[in-house]
Amino acid sequence: MSNVPQTPYPGYDVLDTWNSSSWNDATREVVDRRLREVPERRFLSEDHYATLEAVVARLVPQPDRPGDPVPIAPWLDHRLDTDGGEGFRKASVPPQREGWPQGLRALDAEARARHGAPFTALGAEQQDALLHRVQQGEVQQGEVEGEPWVGLPPDTFFSDVLSAALGVYYAHPAAWSEIGFGGPASPRGYVRLGADQRDPWEAEPRQTR
Amino acid sequence: MTDDILTTPRACEGRAPDVFSADPEACVPMRTYADDDEVDFAIVGTGAGGGTLACKLAEAGFRVVALDAGPFWRPLTDFASDERAQEPLYWTDERITAGDDPIELGSNNSGRGVGGSTLHFTMVSLRFRPEWFQSRSRLGYALDWPLAYDDLAPYYTEAEDALKISGPVRYPWGPPRRRYPYRPHEPSASGLVLARGCERAGYAWASVPLATLSAPHGRAHPCVYRGFCAAGCSTNAKQSVLVTWIPRALAAGAEIRDLAFVGQVETGGDGRATGVVYHRDGAWHRQRARHVVVAGYSIETPRLLLNSATGAFPDGLANSSGLVGAGLMVHANDGVYGTMDEEIRWYKGPPVMTLSEHWNYCDDKDFPGGYAFMSQGPLPIAWAQSVAQNRGLWGLDLRRYLMDYNRMAGLKIVGEVEPQDANRVELADAEDALGLRIPRVSFSYSANDRRLKAHARRTMRETLSAAGARDLWEADGTAHLMGGCRMGSDPATSVTNADGRTWDVPNLWICDGSLFPTGGGVNPSLTIQALACRIGDRITTMAHRGEL
Repeated sequence: MSNVPQTPYPGYDVLDTWNSSSWNDATREVVDRRLREVPERRFLSEDHYATLEAVVARLVPQPDRPGDPVPIAPWLDHRLDTDGGEGFRKASVPPQREGWPQGLRALDAEARARHGAPFTALGAEQQDALLHRVQQGEVQQGEVEGEPWVGLPPDTFFSDVLSAALGVYYAHPAAWSEIGFGGPASPRGYVRLGADQRDPWEAEPRQTR
Repeated sequence: MTDDILTTPRACEGRAPDVFSADPEACVPMRTYADDDEVDFAIVGTGAGGGTLACKLAEAGFRVVALDAGPFWRPLTDFASDERAQEPLYWTDERITAGDDPIELGSNNSGRGVGGSTLHFTMVSLRFRPEWFQSRSRLGYALDWPLAYDDLAPYYTEAEDALKISGPVRYPWGPPRRRYPYRPHEPSASGLVLARGCERAGYAWASVPLATLSAPHGRAHPCVYRGFCAAGCSTNAKQSVLVTWIPRALAAGAEIRDLAFVGQVETGGDGRATGVVYHRDGAWHRQRARHVVVAGYSIETPRLLLNSATGAFPDGLANSSGLVGAGLMVHANDGVYGTMDEEIRWYKGPPVMTLSEHWNYCDDKDFPGGYAFMSQGPLPIAWAQSVAQNRGLWGLDLRRYLMDYNRMAGLKIVGEVEPQDANRVELADAEDALGLRIPRVSFSYSANDRRLKAHARRTMRETLSAAGARDLWEADGTAHLMGGCRMGSDPATSVTNADGRTWDVPNLWICDGSLFPTGGGVNPSLTIQALACRIGDRITTMAHRGEL
């Protein structure tokens, strides 16, 4: 099986409807800015940012876009820089501007303790295995020098980063196109709502399906 | 939307935005009051409770100022068809969530802006089952409300008329009722999955009575089925408080004060409220009022009362019972999802178009309370996050699974949880940027709640399989907030009486979902608006009798 995900909607690009009545000015403005104004790193240290980039590349791999991936890490750094997000946090979890750097540091410490190398230097399989353990909360608490996970539940850290990364990736028109989402729809909306029905401007599935 | 709207008030100098105009400068005239002008009512919050009450009181001739922490949106020109860009519709101030089952806040159950969370609600407009108002005495669990269904029925009708609810000719559950004002919307493919499953599994189903137009209403057009309802309606088909009660309130002489964050209800030496202290345009102000109504919903209402503590009220205002913040409820929002053979494309149309209230009205079950289950239509970000969170998928496995987005169907419940006083809102030690202590929200399911959730998951699996879905999986979650300042008949066990008037401070009122003693198995917004209509009429009646 190919490692490269195959979209059921080859040839569909939601941006082809840009000039249609499916896009109002407010939508064009925000999506245009999203595509053109990718923020610079401002919050995380260079090391933490490199770790975050490596993590995101495993959480949302994009082998189908070599050299031109949907940018995710810059927006996550921007989220920390502006302290954006949903605002609430569990009582057992530090604020994100403290928790994320700690988690990235802990992940790197975990990689060094297990493999003698920083997270960014590990192979994809080793990275995935390590991330899987973090997702399950099975970190080497106490065995890693400095106990970097103290006060930070690893599974919550994992799901917070994953959720935020998905919030960035699936806000990108490239992601809308690959899943066949109709995208912006104001003021035109839709007419055909039934099963196996689509309006002419919606994604057409591959014939073999 | 520009950042300006999040910082610069729009309703001032005698003008408020004309929400029905595509001209981003268009305004309607607005009566304004000076801070030292003692108005009849200062209302804190303009959502389903406060916005509705502002209209009712202004139309009754009272001098009303309604303050909201959020902006005054112009839906036609501000709102993008985009999940991420619309995040400012949610209340995302810092909050701590705790307990055995800490609830998700933020986009899950709060709104910020004139119109409150009705800006992004899914428009489901259901009445409570009549027995739920006396669930202790008639069904044997939880608490009785201090009023009966018959007290509220005329106000349900009033709210349904005001919102031009589009609903079925014959709704299968509840007492006989007259027709909904507007015809029902034709169910989308995702709605018909529920219908097919219910017919095969033997449950009655119906089109959901929805607060989105199926025919024109004033200057608002019918729904175009764009599907971004949870990200704000950019066509005004959605009958949010912003485009229904608020324009009426303005026309009747109410002032709506946007981007005005109320930090304290002030009380005088006689123990009566004297007004509110609010932050706007970078400075603190003080609006004097003969009466204060708190309508900030189940977290901010108790938070404000607790943050308004004084020497005379050391535990917070209206808190002699110790119940301010207690009895916080959510709805269990468990879901079941699966893959269909046909394309559903659930991004089109209102996300919730059909439902079954079977288990709200059938009492042959192993748990107290009830639940409705409803069809679903999440947008990509919400969907991706739910799959990741509930199925544990990430990486290429997740990307591949999400490529079947257009073949997904699902059901979710709105399930009643028991009111427990240990589930509550308190003040954390931390303070926000304005120096106000932030809320700490504790929630844990009871054993009965867990039985309800398990029962509901079985029902939804059965129904979704019967509809032809495969590869089923289950999702956890909660929706809505209710309780936190319950109404009641006894000052020892409640915060207000049936009129929302606090027992302790005679000119301090509450008018929002925090009044709910129990949550029922339906979305709360219509009941909140009906309660607000009733409270408005009760206040008017009492004023005429000299009882204010």
